[in-house]
Amino acid sequence: MGQILASQFVYNWRRNVSAIAGSAIILACVLIVLFGPLVAPQNPYDLTQLNLLDSYKPPAWIEGGDPRFLLGTDGQGRDVLSSILYGTRVSALIGIAAMLMACTIGTVLGLLAGFYGGRLDAFIMRVADVQLSFPSMLIALFLMSAFGTGIDKVLIALTLVGWVVYARTVRGSTLGEIQKEYVQAARVAGLRDAKIIRRHVLPNVLTPLIVIATVQVGTFILIEASLSFLGVGVPITQPSLGLLIKNGFDVLFSGLWWTSVFPGLMIMAMVFGINLFGDFLRDELNPRLK
Amino acid sequence: MKPLASSPAPVLEAHDLVKHFVAERTLLGRTTASVKAVDGVSLAVHAGETLALVGESGCGKSTLGRMVLRLVEPTSGRIVVDGADVTHARERDLRGLRRTAQIVFQDPFASLNPRMTVGEILAEPLMLHAIVPPAQRAARVAELLAGVGLNPRQAARFPHEFSGGQRQRIVIARALAVEPKVIVCDEPVSALDVSIRAQILNLLEDLQARLGLAYVFISHDLGVVRHIADRVCVMYLGRIVETGTTDEIFDNPRHPYTRALLSAIPAPSPLARRERRLLEGDVPSPLAPPSGCHLRTRCPHAEPVCAEARPPLAAVSPTHASACLFATRLPDARDLAPREPARDPRLETLFAAFAGDDEAAAAQAAAQ
Repeated sequence: MGQILASQFVYNWRRNVSAIAGSAIILACVLIVLFGPLVAPQNPYDLTQLNLLDSYKPPAWIEGGDPRFLLGTDGQGRDVLSSILYGTRVSALIGIAAMLMACTIGTVLGLLAGFYGGRLDAFIMRVADVQLSFPSMLIALFLMSAFGTGIDKVLIALTLVGWVVYARTVRGSTLGEIQKEYVQAARVAGLRDAKIIRRHVLPNVLTPLIVIATVQVGTFILIEASLSFLGVGVPITQPSLGLLIKNGFDVLFSGLWWTSVFPGLMIMAMVFGINLFGDFLRDELNPRLK
Repeated sequence: MKPLASSPAPVLEAHDLVKHFVAERTLLGRTTASVKAVDGVSLAVHAGETLALVGESGCGKSTLGRMVLRLVEPTSGRIVVDGADVTHARERDLRGLRRTAQIVFQDPFASLNPRMTVGEILAEPLMLHAIVPPAQRAARVAELLAGVGLNPRQAARFPHEFSGGQRQRIVIARALAVEPKVIVCDEPVSALDVSIRAQILNLLEDLQARLGLAYVFISHDLGVVRHIADRVCVMYLGRIVETGTTDEIFDNPRHPYTRALLSAIPAPSPLARRERRLLEGDVPSPLAPPSGCHLRTRCPHAEPVCAEARPPLAAVSPTHASACLFATRLPDARDLAPREPARDPRLETLFAAFAGDDEAAAAQAAAQ
């Protein structure tokens, strides 16, 4: 069965141009995250490698460009390409880590709400409703201004924003599953609630989460970039793509466009690739669309 | 039917079980309307016997079956399993009940976890109750599969690789894993093809003969019930209206509702003749059932006295009781269930020849 499913999946994947494109972009991003620092022309955070005389060089193909700096340099003489390679790593890792945390917390809360119902369910779902009624940026901004900035704070903010969607999805599927007789059979066999949830309910509610999780990584990367752009995101010593855009934004209208535009394009490409692949997954895993 | 004297204490007893489901609440949570799904039902099942619960949809027979397993909490009443009162036992103290009483559900497609292999499904109760040492688990799983007529090599497969009948066999094997004394069969063959039904029913009967199991057999299919049951309880709107041995219920029904049920059995032959005695109207709303006897609004024998009080389940014979005030005065009812006319003797010979073949084939299958 696993093999049949896999081959059907692969078969559809090979016939879906946007799925292939999305996968290629994601693969490129993964390579950048893994090996970016190894191939970067310079370490932009090693001050000894920087030279202020190199500041604001345009991209290499423009007049005045320097072949050492393919995509130009910023105000401190940092190579924009190297900054992007380092920044992609920060952005992607924050997106993935926050997704994992949100997914774990949301799934656990959704399972509890769906399985036990009653007041616990009502409480968790009302909290989720309140959470949903605020724009995610507002929640994140509020948290960051209350607790300060830093990568850990960004992760907490993103998790708080993101758990709701998992909790609601999992609760819905759980309500459906516990009606089924195999769950009652597990109870008649004498299994404890915790084990019924872990062994019988959880494996059967996970599939829809794959799609949500994939798309959410892209969303989180965007939110993190927005937070960093607004100055409440990652610290200046570990700049993400969003922070790079912000740094270049100050001089964007002086014609020094490259410091902002290239990190922006990188974010766009990464989120675009994730969404393309997420759409493919959604179509594949949704039996109603087949 | 075995005489009651030979079987000591029943393996499963229910005393006056009641289940109310809340249908409406006020804003503050006070109940304004409730459905009496099960309204004061008592029953007892002895080892080796099959007690059938029959009735139409919504009469509370499934709720009753789930209640004795504590899947549904009773509103009041008492459940005694194997001599122990489990009515209020907490889940962690229910180990005894979980080993004594098991269940087989109607829908074999929803009764098996789609993400677990058959081997894992069967090993779970073995592990939980430490039925066999871990080293022997795989062998025991194989034994269980063979016991229900499946190939032990299929343990590594997933449920969706099996047909409905095979899945029901797996469900039965899972119920048997804890070596129970009583199995609640909740419409175990209703979802199966007619051709598979007989196989599963025969399997259940074989297992009963081999292991001395007691069954609480919930069904709306009276043909199946007549075939498999020793005793029958007929339920209507949450109450038992008649109880007796299978022969008593089918040959001499002493309640108008039982008679109506029997007259609705489809006749398997165009030559079968019988009297049809149908009830009038529909089942009344369980939210507001009629006073006194619930059947009185539809009953051709109803009299004003029927509206006054709930008619008690009164004995007609030592094993037969009816909740009709006129149980002994109802007209003779021999012709309610369809009867085959006498068959041509030449046809009988032919049937006998085929029946012989069937038995030979069954013996062969069992030997494999």
